[in-house]
Amino acid sequence: MQTHKAKRVEITIEAVMETRLTNALIKAGVTGFTILPVLGGSGRSGQWSREGQVSRAGGMVCVVCIIRPDRLDGLLDAAFAVVERHIGVVTVTDCEVLRAERF
Amino acid sequence: MDGILALAADNLLSPIILFFALGLLAAFARSDLSIPEAIAKGMSIYLLFAIGFKGGVSVADHGIDAKLILSLLAGVVLSFAIPLIAFAMLRVMTRLDVTDAAAVAAHYGSISIVTFVAATSVIGSAGLTSEGYMVAVAAVMEAPAILSALWLIARYGKAGAGMEDGLMREILLNGSIVLLVGSFLIGWITGAEGMAMVSPLIVAPFQGVLCLFLLDMGLVAGRGLREARSVLTPGVFLFGVVMPPIGASLGLGAALLLGLSTGGTVLFMTLAASASYIAVPAAMRVALPEANPSVYLTLSLGVTFPFNLTLGIPLYLAVASAVTGG
Repeated sequence: MQTHKAKRVEITIEAVMETRLTNALIKAGVTGFTILPVLGGSGRSGQWSREGQVSRAGGMVCVVCIIRPDRLDGLLDAAFAVVERHIGVVTVTDCEVLRAERF
Repeated sequence: MDGILALAADNLLSPIILFFALGLLAAFARSDLSIPEAIAKGMSIYLLFAIGFKGGVSVADHGIDAKLILSLLAGVVLSFAIPLIAFAMLRVMTRLDVTDAAAVAAHYGSISIVTFVAATSVIGSAGLTSEGYMVAVAAVMEAPAILSALWLIARYGKAGAGMEDGLMREILLNGSIVLLVGSFLIGWITGAEGMAMVSPLIVAPFQGVLCLFLLDMGLVAGRGLREARSVLTPGVFLFGVVMPPIGASLGLGAALLLGLSTGGTVLFMTLAASASYIAVPAAMRVALPEANPSVYLTLSLGVTFPFNLTLGIPLYLAVASAVTGG
């Protein structure tokens, strides 16, 4: 099966910033992404769990984008402008996709 | 004094407080008891709908007067002013930096709608009624405190914090406010006839749902306290229990000037004494991400909310009854 190289960008960010991030991504031309709920975790700001959050202020979401390698810088610039001051993690990994024309 | 103690004792043994205590104890004991997220959200929607609708029906019954407008104005002024007092107190009583102090102050200028709902339940049990438009006062007190906090940061802190595009719209149109105000307006428009249609849903089950909701709040508050004990220095904790009576005193003054009923006075005191843990934390995460959420969430949810629920509301009821002669 023919596969094509791509980049998988995973941005874990506070739920309150979700719309701001996705708007910035769309503005940067990244129209394909998947948003996943995050159950809990631990990091520099301490341990937390989705259970028992009384508002969206404490929750996190994970935004996953798979893009062509040449579009990576534009995406990262757009994402950085939003996540810079906030709690979160941005990771980039190599991946391969079928049907390259979709990315 | 005996009257206050008797009221406090009665309140402590009411089902809503005992369920809240059960939640707290379960969280401290690390029980796996939990209320599913969707059910908790459903219950909060129910409570907002019920309290808003009942408030609207009450206004339809009694009509509107200048007091309504003045009460709304007083609510806005208090919400702007309380953060300034809270900020000054925090800078004196604690070692919080300007950002954290301003973020905490914003929470105390805004309101806790669950505390308000619990207070309506307590005054109902005491046989008192209140002005229906206190629901609208609660709604207008949500947002001004956030502006005060941002002003405090601009004045005393570092540059960079500000009102982002769209943030004010998000605050003013957050789901709780839309539902509360919308239900209030529908209750106002439909009046007693509307109430007769929906009362089987919003009157009889209200106390039971409130018990379950407060069980969940106890679990959330208990877990928050367990996980964030380190931020609760003596000064921070003291602020969490001293600030509510100060806010309540300002609420009392405003209610007396407005000539509110005893029940309305208790509700105004409760609104001024309570601290937000839904709308303001979300706004602070956007506007002041450098502020430590453990501090403001633990204080408002883990200290001030239980204080108001157990001791504050009966105290405000006793003081309001004594002052207004109700």
